[in-house]
Amino acid sequence: MSVPEKVVSVATFSGRGIARFRGEGEALVTRQGISFFGGVDPKSGLVKEKGHELFGKDITGKVLVFPRGKGSTVGSYVIYQLKKSGHAPAAIINSETEAIIATGCILAEIPLVDRLGVDPTEAIATGDRVSVDGEAGIVRVEKGQRY
Amino acid sequence: MLLTGEEERMLSGAEGRAVGKGMQLIVALGEVFGAERLVRITSAQIAGVSYGNIGDAGLELLEDWASAGARVRVKATLNPAGMDLERWREMGVGEEYYGKQIRIIKAFERMGVETTCTCTPYLAGNLPSFGDHIAWSESSAVVYANSVLGARTNREGGPSALAAALTGRTPLYGLHLDEGRRATAIVEVGAELRSPHEFSLLGYAVGMRMGAGVPFFEGIKRAEVEDLKILSAALAASGGIGMFHMKGVTPEARFQDTAGLERILVSAQDLEKARERLSSHGEPDLACIGCPHCSVKELAEIARILEGRRVRAGKGLWVWTSRAAYDEAKRRGYVQAIEAAGGKVFADTCMVVCPLEASGFSHMVTNSCKAAHYVPSTSGMGASVRSLESAVSEVLEG
Repeated sequence: MSVPEKVVSVATFSGRGIARFRGEGEALVTRQGISFFGGVDPKSGLVKEKGHELFGKDITGKVLVFPRGKGSTVGSYVIYQLKKSGHAPAAIINSETEAIIATGCILAEIPLVDRLGVDPTEAIATGDRVSVDGEAGIVRVEKGQRY
Repeated sequence: MLLTGEEERMLSGAEGRAVGKGMQLIVALGEVFGAERLVRITSAQIAGVSYGNIGDAGLELLEDWASAGARVRVKATLNPAGMDLERWREMGVGEEYYGKQIRIIKAFERMGVETTCTCTPYLAGNLPSFGDHIAWSESSAVVYANSVLGARTNREGGPSALAAALTGRTPLYGLHLDEGRRATAIVEVGAELRSPHEFSLLGYAVGMRMGAGVPFFEGIKRAEVEDLKILSAALAASGGIGMFHMKGVTPEARFQDTAGLERILVSAQDLEKARERLSSHGEPDLACIGCPHCSVKELAEIARILEGRRVRAGKGLWVWTSRAAYDEAKRRGYVQAIEAAGGKVFADTCMVVCPLEASGFSHMVTNSCKAAHYVPSTSGMGASVRSLESAVSEVLEG
């Protein structure tokens, strides 16, 4: 008798590619905005904003999904510093992005896509396998796998 | 977005890696904000200079771009650094901070940026003309340039202003377009504004009330440079405002059609409320004047207040200005007068972007709402706002 295979569903979304790079990884999803300046430790990739639902989580290598950036424009430099320290996310997906995240992703060469046509914080769950093509604006989500 | 052949060339990296990266950033921001094309700029003001703000990441990026041969294509000036570049020891700044701050300044210098280190570029030789498209960061200077000079800029961040300087372009949207510059509300000023400090309270109250948009001020009879710069700073600190009009004062006010706009009345009580909101408990031990940087006229006024008086033991009076105004005030004897009375005049930096907690003081009193808005979070110190004369008197003997 063989072990039944895990059910895997695949969904593809087409959005707006802002930072035209490619990346993939395990999704880390929050419905709260993220301020990189003061909110994420640039040396470890750990979320350090008190009271944030991702508090204590490591964003290193993850496909980070959140509605939009917030806080100081210095946040762009924190994203760049995460890249230099080896703790950058593999990609970022926003509902609707803004200048702080866009600037940081361009400087750090992290793929950034927004406007998927669906709420990405609903359509993608933490743990899903996600690949992001920032050039084409395509996001591919594999559900049901465990890593 | 529509790009010219020259812009495509920059984007492709054919004009160097840093220019390519700068153009990528300009194009991406243009897409985020729905710009149809880019526009040539004549001037840039670049923020993100203080080591305390941009850290090792910022330093690394700037040195990387400078080494890649990046050079500015337009007149470009710099925001305040994290310390007085000459008298940093007197501010309590340490060796490591000093070394890294100097590397940041050198990197900008290599890229051809004038290291003016002031938030008042328009008083230090970067004075765009009416109708010029420019890319300025430093929110107070953005408001001043749009409103008082009639130049056109969005509220840029440090990297986007630098990218604009390196490419000579910025995305055409928002405050670059006539639509974005139209008044969105009438602000009827029902209080007499007797000092720059009261203009600051007005700006803070209106920024809080409106959040964003373009206020049209009515009922202000006259306003001088010092009034307009401190008003600009406060509007940008409490809200996301990038421009205002002032009837009879600013150049685009007469073109505004204000019929049917929402009317906001600001009374003397509203100004008092702004003051209360910005004042925390505690006894002030450090008076800070110069947010935005003091003009020569303000340095003269501080010297006048100090005539025959002295700063009390255990208290401090720190005055912040540009190197340009400092040199002129020194020539006229104002700097010497302030320092003989026990005060200090620092250039190149300010209370908001330096490590003010290293001063050893615990509660700042200032005439600027912007300074009182930011200093508690940047330095952990308490803050209070008063008129220039009473803020200074707070730390004097007698």
